[in-house]
Amino acid sequence: MAAGSVTEVKDALAKVGYLADEPAALVSFLAQRLGKPVLVEGPAGVGKTELAKALSRSTGRELVRLQCYEGLDEAKALYEWNYRKQLLRIQAGGEDGWEDVHGDIFDKEFLLERPLMQAIASPEPVVLLIDEIDKTDQEFEAMLLELLSDFQITIPELGQVSATTMPIVVLTSNNSRELTEALKRRCLYLWLDYPDLERELEIVRLHAPELPEALARQMVEVVRMIRALDLKKPPSIAESIDWARTLLLMGAEDIDRETFEQSMSIIVKHRTDIELVAERVGVKLAGPPAPTAG
Amino acid sequence: MSPTPASPYGPKAEAGPPGLAAKLLGFCEELRGEGVAVGTSEILDAFAALEQVPWTSRDDFREALAATIAKSQEDRRLFELLFERWFFRAAEAEAVGRGIEETERRHEGGERLDIDELREQVRQAILDGNDAELRDLARLAIAAFGRQGEGSGVVGVDVQRIRRTLGLSAGTQAPAADGAAELPPIDREQLNAFERHLRRELERDLIERTSTLPPSRPLAELDRALPTNPTQDLAAVHRAVSQMKRRLATLGHEQRGRRKGRTIDVRRTMRASLETGGVPMHLRYKPKRPRRPEIYVLCDVSTSVTSASVFFLSVLHALHDSFRKLRSFVFIERISEVTEVFEHERDFRVIAQRISSEGGVADVSGYTDYGRVWLEFLAEISDELDPRSTVIVLGDARTNGREPHAKVFAQVSERAGRLFWLNPEPRLYWNYGDSVMAAYERYCDGAFECWTTRHLENFVNVVAGGVPSSD
Repeated sequence: MAAGSVTEVKDALAKVGYLADEPAALVSFLAQRLGKPVLVEGPAGVGKTELAKALSRSTGRELVRLQCYEGLDEAKALYEWNYRKQLLRIQAGGEDGWEDVHGDIFDKEFLLERPLMQAIASPEPVVLLIDEIDKTDQEFEAMLLELLSDFQITIPELGQVSATTMPIVVLTSNNSRELTEALKRRCLYLWLDYPDLERELEIVRLHAPELPEALARQMVEVVRMIRALDLKKPPSIAESIDWARTLLLMGAEDIDRETFEQSMSIIVKHRTDIELVAERVGVKLAGPPAPTAG
Repeated sequence: MSPTPASPYGPKAEAGPPGLAAKLLGFCEELRGEGVAVGTSEILDAFAALEQVPWTSRDDFREALAATIAKSQEDRRLFELLFERWFFRAAEAEAVGRGIEETERRHEGGERLDIDELREQVRQAILDGNDAELRDLARLAIAAFGRQGEGSGVVGVDVQRIRRTLGLSAGTQAPAADGAAELPPIDREQLNAFERHLRRELERDLIERTSTLPPSRPLAELDRALPTNPTQDLAAVHRAVSQMKRRLATLGHEQRGRRKGRTIDVRRTMRASLETGGVPMHLRYKPKRPRRPEIYVLCDVSTSVTSASVFFLSVLHALHDSFRKLRSFVFIERISEVTEVFEHERDFRVIAQRISSEGGVADVSGYTDYGRVWLEFLAEISDELDPRSTVIVLGDARTNGREPHAKVFAQVSERAGRLFWLNPEPRLYWNYGDSVMAAYERYCDGAFECWTTRHLENFVNVVAGGVPSSD
């Protein structure tokens, strides 16, 4: 396998634009070495999904993504029989005996592969991202167990389909409900949190290199101040990057109150949040050059 | 033993340094003792993971263990607490067992050190966040004045005494007396780290002096319990409530209006028709999507539930974050709708204040009047109740001897789809004194004791199981 050491994994991730902290790098490394799925939890917007994407880029593997939602079922996650084609087959072979047709229509040819099946059946090793697993119900989790521990799927009509290559599996969860013990037991666990100031600064600088250092630092400090408030939706890392780019476009040289109020909607997206942020953070910034005092 | 057969879990792990396996198992045992679910498969994973990382690197070692053993944030917190303690104790026990002592005089030169100089060094190390440096300084500090009169013998007291002598406190620093440059503020986290080092070194001293380990205690409940400060507790309440949201959203609806207005799922019908040679003999219907629940929450804010009302209000607060169609009411003698307040205010303290000032729920006596509350609720709201709505009552059912109007309550219960009662008193106290819980309980889909987040989670679980605990 590719991964030689933790630092190698970390460097590879950094090369594709993902600055992993120590635990993230270590768990990514272990996932590749042990062939175990990784369960990533953390608040929204700390780069859980991005970690999977970066893994796929850094290892040169294709990314297969399954977005979970309430009511997701096997037919959309695993596989489905292509009934139209099956019908055609039945009608086309009108003279064939039952035995022939029966054996025929439950063949790989009539199978529609959904993401999980795709990941298992792929001849090339892939990265499988099961996004927001907490959105599904527990029954779906139970269905995943076979896949996660043995990397195989059982189709009643066909038998077992086993993975020929070991996929890297990343599951993400926003912790909106407790996942089952059985699922957790099969995974390595990684808790991603908002990065500390220096690392976020690095991330922002990586994605908006033209932004002057001092301004970037000030920006990250403001973002952290905003996160410390009790907001409905605290700004994510992606949003601080967006904000950095916005500041670039605006040609801002300093985050004063005016710039802040103009561009605030990039990072704060609830009306009540905006009010709170304007009230608590906006006033701390230097006022615009010469407004009527007040 | 016979030569190792090929294990189903792959080749056997390298033994590692002697005794490590036993130590790890002991550590897992300790974690189990604190309620972390560590299964055999987790332990096997941990060993497999440790093969991949150098066990000499403390951070890698810890992270690899944590990734395989601690599978939730709460577990992780316990893991950190125990990891520190266990491996520290393990190392010390080993040292005591083999009679190893630091032979050269510890903390050399500590006596000669100037306090001011030491203070500056600690300050600098705290600013730099240099952990190793902090540890060395902690040892120096102990040497410098930890020993005067051999300390108090109580580690915690000594730690604080040394910290005070050094004049260190978190937050902005008072300007230096001699008018020197303003001192940068000290980070609370870093100061805590310094105190931890002090504590650790003092403990080590103590162990060395007495050649015994103090008995290991289970983590105090204090360490483990969620912080009881209402604003901090909010996070936990929010989590429980967002679970509740999912559960309520998908519960009990499949039973209602079964035959009416079902739509045929063409895809699945065709698929099923294959069994009958392409003739659609069995119709397949689209599953009914659960409709959004409508929730009515009634919250008692009278003095008899004072201790619980902060908790109740935070539950309300969290509910408002999760549900769109939610109307909340507070009551004492009369009922008053506070949906507005929650929708326009984020800050929990402001909400609590506004409710107490604007609620207008106390009439004359300030004693709860449940009967009147039901009458008012029925009169104002009942037209809007339908089988989709869920009513949740938070209260102690203490009517102060007034007419409970259980019949009216029954009417409310009949109109609403589901009705749950969360009571902040232990079940033991229900129906004692002026509590008329029994009169109401028979009309509830479920009545629960509820004054901590754990109860709230239990409520969510029971609701999720679809089996009301009482009927």
